[in-house]
Amino acid sequence: MSPLEENAIFSGTYAFVTDTLSGPEWLAYAFGAMAVIMVVVNGFLLIGTIFTWMERKVVGRFQSRVGPNRVGPFGILQAIADAVKLLFQEDIVPRRADRLLFNAAPIVMLAPSLLALAVIPFGSGSYVADLNIAVLYVVAMGGISSLAVLIAGYASGNKLALFGSMRAVAMLLSYEIPLVMSLLGITILAGSMSMVDIIAAQSVPFVLVSPLGALIFLVAMSAELNRPPFDVTEAESELVAGYLTEYSGMKFGVFYLAEFSNVVLAGAVFAILFLDGWEWAVLPSHLWFLIKVFGFLFVASWIRATLPRMRLDQILSFAWKYLFPLSLVNVLALAVETVAWPDPSGSQLWIMVAVNWAIALAAIPLMSLVVDLGTPVRAGHRAPQTEEMI
Amino acid sequence: MFGIGILKGLAVTAKNLLRKPVTIQYPEERVPQASRFRGQEFTWLVDRCTGCASCAKFCPLGIIRIETDPNGGNEQSGGSYRVDTFDIDQGRCMYCGLCVEACPYDALHMGSNFEAGQYRREDLVITIDVLTAREKRPSTWYRPQLERGKFDPFGGEPMEWKDAGREEPFWHPQRPEMLPDEGDTRPTADGEYK
Repeated sequence: MSPLEENAIFSGTYAFVTDTLSGPEWLAYAFGAMAVIMVVVNGFLLIGTIFTWMERKVVGRFQSRVGPNRVGPFGILQAIADAVKLLFQEDIVPRRADRLLFNAAPIVMLAPSLLALAVIPFGSGSYVADLNIAVLYVVAMGGISSLAVLIAGYASGNKLALFGSMRAVAMLLSYEIPLVMSLLGITILAGSMSMVDIIAAQSVPFVLVSPLGALIFLVAMSAELNRPPFDVTEAESELVAGYLTEYSGMKFGVFYLAEFSNVVLAGAVFAILFLDGWEWAVLPSHLWFLIKVFGFLFVASWIRATLPRMRLDQILSFAWKYLFPLSLVNVLALAVETVAWPDPSGSQLWIMVAVNWAIALAAIPLMSLVVDLGTPVRAGHRAPQTEEMI
Repeated sequence: MFGIGILKGLAVTAKNLLRKPVTIQYPEERVPQASRFRGQEFTWLVDRCTGCASCAKFCPLGIIRIETDPNGGNEQSGGSYRVDTFDIDQGRCMYCGLCVEACPYDALHMGSNFEAGQYRREDLVITIDVLTAREKRPSTWYRPQLERGKFDPFGGEPMEWKDAGREEPFWHPQRPEMLPDEGDTRPTADGEYK
């Protein structure tokens, strides 16, 4: 029996359609599945909407401001006010735009983050599917959003939008590798790609067992999500708003929502892979999961409020020269440890924690001694003069 | 070393998180305002005004319009014109204050308001009726006698025109020949010359 059929929402709807309405079984199955999808998707988008408000509030406090506080108590209805404003905005399609792709891009952006929800376990036993390649599936869904960015930039018929999307794709392709490598370490540790199995394998949270992996995941994820300090795709001072330049109205709103829901999704993935998912005692499992997700979101907002934007060449050399070798070190360490203890017990895991922290604390400074991320361009910097010029 | 700078930056923002926000919620709260603020609205003391139109002459933008009646009945000694029209187009005013500096009788003062937004341009022209009816809350800008009297345009009672003292143009103590003689009385409030 799959977990979908154990679900209370599903079985309730199923029973309602078959017994009360005496409908056919296939219809009951479809309705039951739709009820589950509705709850999951809407709940997820609601959390994404709350996160847009929360981030503005938290970043405001980090900058000694108050943040939105006019609409509703503590400004919590700000997201709704923004959505209403976007709905009433004129929907403009530029004359030089590729109409079909222009309209498709927001959907392509939002859809994969909703699709990825299928494998996210929100609490003990409440997940739509326990896919045996769940980690790979999530990574694949994350890859689609870079396609959406490219479509949006190309279809806008605007050079700034195209530049923005080119930057985004260059960055996403580079950071996909360290991201996958850090997830590979987790997969090696757990011996499975299923989210449920990974949570079951975490007798010690993997953020402790694989600190390098968690750090790389955090950095690579903020690059994947175009969040500061990696938000060169929307660098206002250079590219207006990047691939979002030509979008207005609810299409822009969908992009905006997708961006924030992707962060929530990243938070959920981080909570599952590194923070032991829904487990830990006392509180109900769903609440634990939410607390962990919002903890990740808080850290993401903190980083956003702190770090300035990097240059594109710095970002790319950081990915290839620093993050990629570091992720190789991480995978190597975890692989060797897993070969030594194929099925680690609690005490063996704690030894791995100590070893991996030592490796992390040694590798980060050592790498920074070796790696040159290029000289910064200073004001008044000139290229050296050649003899001919003199 | 990588990371140390990032951690320091995170510590700085974390410190700000624990601080009280510096935001002043404008419509509910206000920043304390200087009494010399050169604001919108002008304070005009009608009993002082002789209709000499110095303000209109000195206005660099020419936005003050004064029409006077020579048969005026002001109580000002020496006689005066009656002012029939006194329009100030605030839509073009740049608040330089030259009209206030020019007034030989200290009859025109800058105001202290900054919330005079209107929906139509015509509404920005203030007329003689508005100027007469308005509460007298003059800014102390270029009016040292008000400042000496610790007049606060933002709190307390509005000013009676007789309380707004007079000041000789050259009051600056750096010029000894301009200092008043021993036992000299400064000009009285109702505009009597000594």
